[in-house]
This record gives sequence, structure tokens and C-alpha cells, in this order.
Amino acid sequence: MSVAAHLPALQVILPLLSAPLAVLLRHRGFAFAIVTAATWGAFAVSIGLWMQAGETGIVSYHIGNWAPPWGIEYRVDRLASFVLVLISGTATVVLPYSRASIEREIPSELHYLYYAMFALCLAGLLGIVITGDAFNVFVFLEISSLSTYVLIALGRDRRALAASFRYLIMGTIGATFFVIGIGFLYLMTGTLNLVDMAERLRSVESSRPVLAALAFITVGVSLKLALFPLHQWLPNAYAYAPSAATAFLAATATKVSIYVLIRFWFSVFGESLIFHKLPLPDILLALSLAAMFAASFIAIFQNNLKRLFAYSSVGQIGYITLGMSFDSVTGLQASILHLFNHGIAKAAIFLLIGGMVAFSAAPTFDKLAGLAKRMPFTCFGVVIAGLSLIGVPGTAGFVSKWYLILAAMEKGQFWLVAAILLSSLLAVAYVWRFVEVAYLKPPPEGASKQEAPLGLLLPAWLLVIASIWFGLDTSFTVGTAVEAAQQLVKVGQ
Amino acid sequence: MTGGLIEHFSHIIAVLLMVAGLYVVIARGNLIKKLVGLSIFQTSVYLLYIAPAKLLGGTAPILAPQFNLYSNPLPHVLILTAIVVGVATLALGLAIAVRIKEAYSTIEEDEITALDNAAQVAEEARS
Repeated sequence: MSVAAHLPALQVILPLLSAPLAVLLRHRGFAFAIVTAATWGAFAVSIGLWMQAGETGIVSYHIGNWAPPWGIEYRVDRLASFVLVLISGTATVVLPYSRASIEREIPSELHYLYYAMFALCLAGLLGIVITGDAFNVFVFLEISSLSTYVLIALGRDRRALAASFRYLIMGTIGATFFVIGIGFLYLMTGTLNLVDMAERLRSVESSRPVLAALAFITVGVSLKLALFPLHQWLPNAYAYAPSAATAFLAATATKVSIYVLIRFWFSVFGESLIFHKLPLPDILLALSLAAMFAASFIAIFQNNLKRLFAYSSVGQIGYITLGMSFDSVTGLQASILHLFNHGIAKAAIFLLIGGMVAFSAAPTFDKLAGLAKRMPFTCFGVVIAGLSLIGVPGTAGFVSKWYLILAAMEKGQFWLVAAILLSSLLAVAYVWRFVEVAYLKPPPEGASKQEAPLGLLLPAWLLVIASIWFGLDTSFTVGTAVEAAQQLVKVGQ
Repeated sequence: MTGGLIEHFSHIIAVLLMVAGLYVVIARGNLIKKLVGLSIFQTSVYLLYIAPAKLLGGTAPILAPQFNLYSNPLPHVLILTAIVVGVATLALGLAIAVRIKEAYSTIEEDEITALDNAAQVAEEARS
């Protein structure tokens, strides 16, 4: 029995165990050390799983040695391994950043609780991705959600509390919808194992409970992934949460919900039901376009930089769901790619904004005038990551939008190509607003150069460089996304 | 008609609770009432799972010669987990409501929204 055989269990257990340890130690130094160790361990494990899944296609792990479908199965396919790397990788970068960042944003006696919540959230998100059991998905979803509500409520503005409460209500409704859907599926199939469920669903595919289950699961998960117009909870939650928490959640929480939707649509219900018997792709297409245009448009008029990029997130999620609506390998591949590339760029931006918060509680535009003179590295980083959001060649965002356009052309829908390009112009507009204020306006009188400390800059720039790196060398991202998309479509047929 | 009603009694109750709970969450502005509605909504799901799992006269699955009719134990176990999740959500929601009361001196949603909007207008006035 080697460690390599138990990687799937370790993936979740490491952060899950570190959370209570951090609470018991009640010391922020120890808490930081133990959660960091667990997170880095989880990152190493996810890379190991990525390599294992690359060799064998699917890694299946039976918890407690109970064979599926009776026992809970952890199942890592190409897509899961890719998302696991994204989540644990982001956590690995954000956690060292947290240490310097929460120093200014959270009272020091609460720091150990922040680390505990961070570890719990990480464990929940990793668990959602890795598990092959429907009810287990719900449990991990709630573990990650509850810790997310706490992380948001730790923000120092009182609006963080209201945002957290609103998210709690919306999130719980979403999760309860999801569990109602799972209940219907269990009643119809008598199994909770996703693979087993997919096989048994074939014979009862068009029965009313299954359709009801599909509706509940789709709406519930759409709430969690902030699909337009179910995104109301997101802007305030991102704007008022502690900077480090915002960066982590923006890169992972909504992405994991998208993963759940992809998993249920393609692996459980199957593409023949979703795409050929129901008008779901058209609905998703319309909502994605609405998100791409409306949310990006609203973003332009925001006065708070964090809110601006929060609305931008809602718009970018539109691109991801747009790729799903194409029902093609290229479209799905574009979705998976954008999920990864957008996660990195957005995490980088929120980390950099966290450095600006040193000046003021809220990064509103009036306080950012001439910021490029005072914080040159921070501003330059935001611009580079912003270029990735726009999709300028040479950045990671370009690669995913390129495949999205390819997928649209494959379907012969050239008006969609125009729509993708047009909505990218909106991204130019909101990134330009930042450039205009930070670079073209003069700094206030007597302002001195005050760059963010290295502890904040280094992790953020690591992600900025990553979003250029994955724009130039696409072998890891595109390679994995192609394999993941092919695996999903093959299973769904 | 009445036969159908009695036959689907538990489902009708579950759906009634579900809709009532969801309505309270949406229609009430008081944060505590919202949480009450949320709890009712979650509770309806427990019924939805438990009711189909129970067979009249069925026992727990014990291997013994005198029992041959078993209820499915799995949904009961699942709902035990869901109850824990529901309690945790309610506790966290109430805790945040207390913090909101301390910070805003109100737990009415429209008053909180009004205070937030005023803060935002003030922020914009400065720029």
C-alpha cells in the first residue's frame, strides 16, 4: 500500500483535518503554518492525481474499501484533475498572501478562524470535484458554502454582513434545490453513484421526475455559479469580503459550480437528453449572451474597483456557459479552458486590489487617481491581467476565446463570433476605466510612492505571470482541456 | 380524487411546506422570518426523502427470520446529514443576523438596503 494509491482520499483529508487543528491551536502563527502545509500538500496531491489520471484516464478510489455503487467512490477523470489543480493551485498562492493581507483587514484575534474557514472551504471545493457520489456533492457543497459565508462576513465593512446574509439565503435555496433534484434521481434510480446513476437513467430518461430533477439541479447549481440573472448575491459578496477571500472565491467557488453543472449535464443526464430532446442549449445560449453583455455593461459604470471586477466575473461566466451550450467538443474545451484561464486572471486582479486597500477601506475610483505613480507594479499587474480578461493575444484569455470563436464557427453561427468580439470591447471599456484613472490622472498633492509590500506583490505577480505563461505555452491547459472534453462527450453518448 | 389525495398525502404536505417556506423567504423582509422560512423549506425536503423510504409494516433491515419486510435505511441516513447541514445553516444565519443587528441597528431588509444605498451614494458623491 503506497501513498500514491491513496491520493484521492488525501486530497480532501489534508485540508479537512487542518481546519479543526487550526481552531484547537488558537494561535495564528501555528494555524497559518498548519493550513499552509495542508494546502501545499493538497496541491502536490492534485498534481499527482493529474498525472495518474493522464496515464489511466480515470482514477477510482473506494472510500473504506466499499465497492461502488454501495460505497462512496472518489472518481478523478481528466476534467476533475484539471479543476483540482486550479483550486489547490489558487489556494497555494492565496494563502501566503493572506498572512500579510488579513493583517490589515481582520482583527488579529480572529486570524486563526480565518485560516480554519479557508481550509474548510478548500476541503469542500476539492470534495465537490473529486467525489463520484451525488449526495456527497451536496454535503461538500454545503461545507464549502458555509465556510464561504463566514469568510465574506469577516470583511471589515458592515455591508459584508448584509452581503454574506444575502448569499446565505440564496446559496441555501440553491443547495436545497440541488438536493431536491438528487432526491428525485435517487427515487428513480435507487443509486447515488453518478456513474451507476447515468446508466440507470437511460431507461427512464424522459419520465417526469427525471425532468423535474434536471430542472431543480440546473436552477440550483445556476444560483451557485451566478448564471445571469441569478447573480444578485455575487457583486456585494465579492466587493466587501476580505481581499484574500475574494481572490480565492472568484477563482474557485463559481468555477466549481460550473464543474458540477458540466458533470451533471454531460456525465449523468447525458447530452442526448440535454441537447436533443430539450431546449436547454437555447436557454443557456440566451442567458450567456445576456451575461456577456449586460453584466459587462454594468461593470463599466461601477465606482468601486472590486465591484467592477465582480460584475466582470458574471460576464466572464457567460463565456464559460456559452461554450457549454454549443454541444461540441470544441465548445466544451473552450469552456474548460476559460474556466481555468479566467480563474487565474481574476485571482491575480483581486490579489492586486488587495494591495491597494492599504490606502482606503474601499478601492473607489476617486482614491485611485494617479495610482500608477504610487504603486507602479500593482497597477501594471492589473493591466496585464485585465488584458487577459479582454482576450488580447499573448495572454491566457486569448487562448480560451480563440477556441470559443472556433466552436461558434464550427456551428456556422458567425453572428456569435461578432457577439463574442463585441462583448470583449465592453471588457476593454471597463479595464480602460482603471487605466484612465490610474495612469492618466495626476496623483493627489503630496502623495508619496507607496508600493504594496512584497508579501502581497509576489503571490499576485505569480498569477499575473501564469496568465501570460498559459497564453504562450498552452500544452498543459489546452492538452488537458481537449482530453477532458473528449472524455465527457464520449461518456455522454 | 379523495383517494389520490390520501394516497399522496405526504407528498402534498411536502410540497405545501416547500412552497410556503420559499414564499416566506421571498416575501418577508425581516431577517429572522426569512430564516424561519428557509428552515421550513429545508424541512420539506426531509419529508420528500423520508416518506418514499418507509414501507407500512417495514422494519429496519435486520437479518432475522421473523422479519421479511424492510424499509430502506439509506434515505434516513442521508437526511440525518441534511438535518445537520440545516441546523448549521440556521445557526450561522442567526449569528450573522445578530451581527447585522449590532452593525445596522435593524434586521429589516429594506432598511438595511436603504442604509447601504445611502453609503454608496455618499461614496459616489466624493468622486
